[in-house]
Amino acid sequence: MSLGEMTEEELRSRVRALLEEAHPDRVDAFTFRGKQYDNGLAWVHFPEGYGGLGLNPKMQAVVQDELRRNAETQHDDMMLNPIGIGMGAPTVLTHGNEWMKRTLLRRIFTGEDIWCQLFSEPGAGSDVAGLSMRGVRDGDDWVLNGQKVWTSLAHVSKWGMLLARTDPDRPKHEGLSYFLLDMESPGVEVRPLHQITGEAEFNEVFLNDVRIPADRMLGAEGDGWRVAITTLMNERTAIGGAVGRRGGGSIGILLELWNARTPGSLSPAAEAVLRDRITQLYIRSELLRFTSQRAKAAQKTGNPGPEGSVGKLALAELNQRIWECGMDVLGTDSLVYEAGYRRRRPAGESRTGRLALAKYQFLRSRANSIEGGTSEVMRNILGERVLGLPGEPRPDKGVPWKDVPRSA
Amino acid sequence: MDFAFTPEHDELRQTVRRFLDKESSETAVRAVMESDRGYDERTWTRMAEEMALPGLSVPEEYGGAGLGPIERAIVMEEMGRVLFCGPYLSTAVVAADTLLLAGDDDARGRLLPEIASGRALVTLALGEEGGAWEPADVRLEAHRDGASHRLEGTKEFVVDGHVADVLLVAARMDAGVALFEVDAGARGLERTLLPTLDLTRKLARIRFSGTSGRRIGSADAAPQLAMVLARALAALAAEQAGGAERCLEMATDYARTRLQFGRAIGSFQAIKHKCADMLVEVEFARSAAYYAAFRAADEDAQELASASHMAKAYCSEAFFHAAADNIQIHGGMGFTWEHPAHLYFKRARASSVLFGDPVYHRERLAARIGV
Repeated sequence: MSLGEMTEEELRSRVRALLEEAHPDRVDAFTFRGKQYDNGLAWVHFPEGYGGLGLNPKMQAVVQDELRRNAETQHDDMMLNPIGIGMGAPTVLTHGNEWMKRTLLRRIFTGEDIWCQLFSEPGAGSDVAGLSMRGVRDGDDWVLNGQKVWTSLAHVSKWGMLLARTDPDRPKHEGLSYFLLDMESPGVEVRPLHQITGEAEFNEVFLNDVRIPADRMLGAEGDGWRVAITTLMNERTAIGGAVGRRGGGSIGILLELWNARTPGSLSPAAEAVLRDRITQLYIRSELLRFTSQRAKAAQKTGNPGPEGSVGKLALAELNQRIWECGMDVLGTDSLVYEAGYRRRRPAGESRTGRLALAKYQFLRSRANSIEGGTSEVMRNILGERVLGLPGEPRPDKGVPWKDVPRSA
Repeated sequence: MDFAFTPEHDELRQTVRRFLDKESSETAVRAVMESDRGYDERTWTRMAEEMALPGLSVPEEYGGAGLGPIERAIVMEEMGRVLFCGPYLSTAVVAADTLLLAGDDDARGRLLPEIASGRALVTLALGEEGGAWEPADVRLEAHRDGASHRLEGTKEFVVDGHVADVLLVAARMDAGVALFEVDAGARGLERTLLPTLDLTRKLARIRFSGTSGRRIGSADAAPQLAMVLARALAALAAEQAGGAERCLEMATDYARTRLQFGRAIGSFQAIKHKCADMLVEVEFARSAAYYAAFRAADEDAQELASASHMAKAYCSEAFFHAAADNIQIHGGMGFTWEHPAHLYFKRARASSVLFGDPVYHRERLAARIGV
C-alpha cells in the first residue's frame, strides 16, 4: 500500500497510535507536536519526512477530528505560531533547500521557533514590491540595511521571512531576493510599534549591517517576488475562510450592548434609528456568513464564483460599522476609555467585559480595512480580477526601481 | 446542504435563460410594457407548453412539475435579469401558493390545473389603501348571502389584477380574514389599471360592490396568508437579485468599453470601486435570496419568516443601488429613454415597495430577533 492511498480509517488508527506514544493531556506541547510531526500527522499533505504523508490536504481534517475525539488538550496553531505554521512552512516546503526543510519545519510545527514576516516598510505598504531594504553581496554573506514595519511577533521570533532589494537597476519586481533572517543576528533591532489602542501588537525592525549567509536565500537571487507570492497566498487563506455562528462575533456583542442599554436613556427617535441600523448590521452579518457558506459549497462542487472574493472587503467594512454603532449605543459612556492608553504589549485586560471590548474594538477595527490588503486594493482586485475591468496606468512599469519616484 | 445547487438546477437556469433571451429581449419588453395587457399571451402559452413554468411548483397531480421554491428562485432570478413582463409572480408564485396552502381540495382541483396549463391567470388581492400587506390590515368586508358571500370594499396594487381571470380576495369576516374566489366577470366588480411608475409590472385597483365570492379554505386564513407572503418575498428577492446582477453586468461592460481621457473609464478607481461595491451587494443579495429559498424549501416556517424579511429588505436596496449606479456609470446615456437602465431603476423602486418596503421588513425582523 502506498501512503497516497491511505484510507480514512487507516489514518485514524495512525492518530490513535500517536496518542498511545504521546498524549497531549499528559505531555507538553513541544513533545506532543514533535511526535505528531515525526508521524507525518502535522500536515498530511506534506511529503514523508517533512511532517506529512503525501496525502490529499482534505485528510488533515480527519487528523484534527480524531485528536478532538480523544484528547481534552487541543493545540491551536494560531496561538502557537501563526505565521510560521500558516505561511513559513508552505514557503520553506516550496522554495527552501534541504537544510531548511530538515532543520526548520519540525521546529515551526512544535512552536519552538516562532516566525515573523518582514515585508512591509514605511515606504512600501500596498506597493510592497517597491520596498527599499538593501541587500548587498559580500563574500559568502549578504549585508542588509533598512527598516521593516508592522511586524507581528518580531519581538519573540527566531526566524524572519525577509524580502530585500538586491538589484536596484532592475524594475521593482525583478530586483528582489528572499532571505531567512536569524532574528538573533547582530545588527537586528526590534522596537515595539504602539498603535491607536496604546498597545503594541506589532514592531518596527531595524537592520544595520546585518549579515545573512548566502545559503539562507529562498529561491534564486532576483526571484524573491515569486517566493513572496507563495507566502502572501497563504496569508490570504489564513485570513479568510472561517464561517462563524449566528449572532456570534462582533454583531453578538453589539446586540448584547443594545439589550443592556439603560431604559429611557434614548429618545424614541434615537431608539428607532438605532434599531434600524442594528438590524441592517445584523442582516449583513448573516449575509456575510451565508456568502462564506456559498463559497464553501461552490468549492465542493468545483464551481467557485465571485462569492469567494468579496469576504475580506465586506468583513472589514461591516466590522467597522458594527463598532461605530456600538459607540453610538453607548452614547456618553463612549467618552471614557477605562483600560487607558498605557504603552504595553497586548495583555488582554482592555478586552475583558462587553464595554471595554466595544471601545477597544472601535479603535482596533480601523486596521481591518488596512491590514492584509487595504479596502482600496481589495476593490481594485475585485474590479480587475473578478469583473475584468482594466488596470490603472502604472508609471513604474518596466522602469528601473532606482528611477521610480518614492515618498521620502 | 444550504446553497448546494445541483447540475439539474444549473440546467434549469440555462434553459430558462435561453428561452428568455429569445422571448423577452429588450425589444419585446418595451413592446409589452407599452401595452395595457402588460404581457404577451403567445409567450405565456409557450412558457406553459414548452417550459412548464407556470406550473413549476404545482404538484404533479394537478398537472404541474412538482418542483419547489429553490427552482422557483432560479426562474425568478432569470426573469429579474431581463425584466420579464408576465404574470409569473402573480399567478405561478402567489396565487399557486395561496391555493396550495389554503387547504381547499375543491379549489385546488379546479384552479391549479388551469394555472399549470397556462390557461388561467389568477392573482391574490391582498393590499389596500395605505400600502398595508399584512392580513391583519385587511378592511374589505365579506358578508354571508345564502351559500355565497358578498364582498364590499377596494383592493389596491393588485399585481396583474386588470387581466386576471380569477381573483383570490382576502376579506374580513366575523373574527378573521378569509379568502374568496371571485370571477373576473362577476357583477359589481370594477377594475382599473393604475398608471404605474414601473411599466414592466402592471397593478390594478379593484372595487367590489356587493360582488359575489366563493369562500376558499377555513374562516381564518391569516396563518396561511403569512406563509404565502413569506414565500412570495423569497421569490421576489430572487427576482431583485437577478435584476441587480444584470445592472452590474451592464455597468461593467460599459466601463470596459467606454473611453474618456484616452482610457476605458473602468480603469479609473472612481468607477472601478463603485463596480466592486456593487459586486459585494450583488453577491450578498444572491446569498439572501438563496437562503430564503432554501428555508422555504424545507418548510421551516419560523426561519423562513426571518429569512424572507432579511431577503426582501436587503435585495430591495441592493437592486436599487445597482440600478442607480448603473445609470451613473452610463453617464448621459444612462438617463435616456432609449437606454434600458431606467427600466431597471423603475423596477427596482417599485419592487422594493411591493409586499412591504425595507424599513417595514427590518422592523418585522427586529421584533423577531429581539432588537
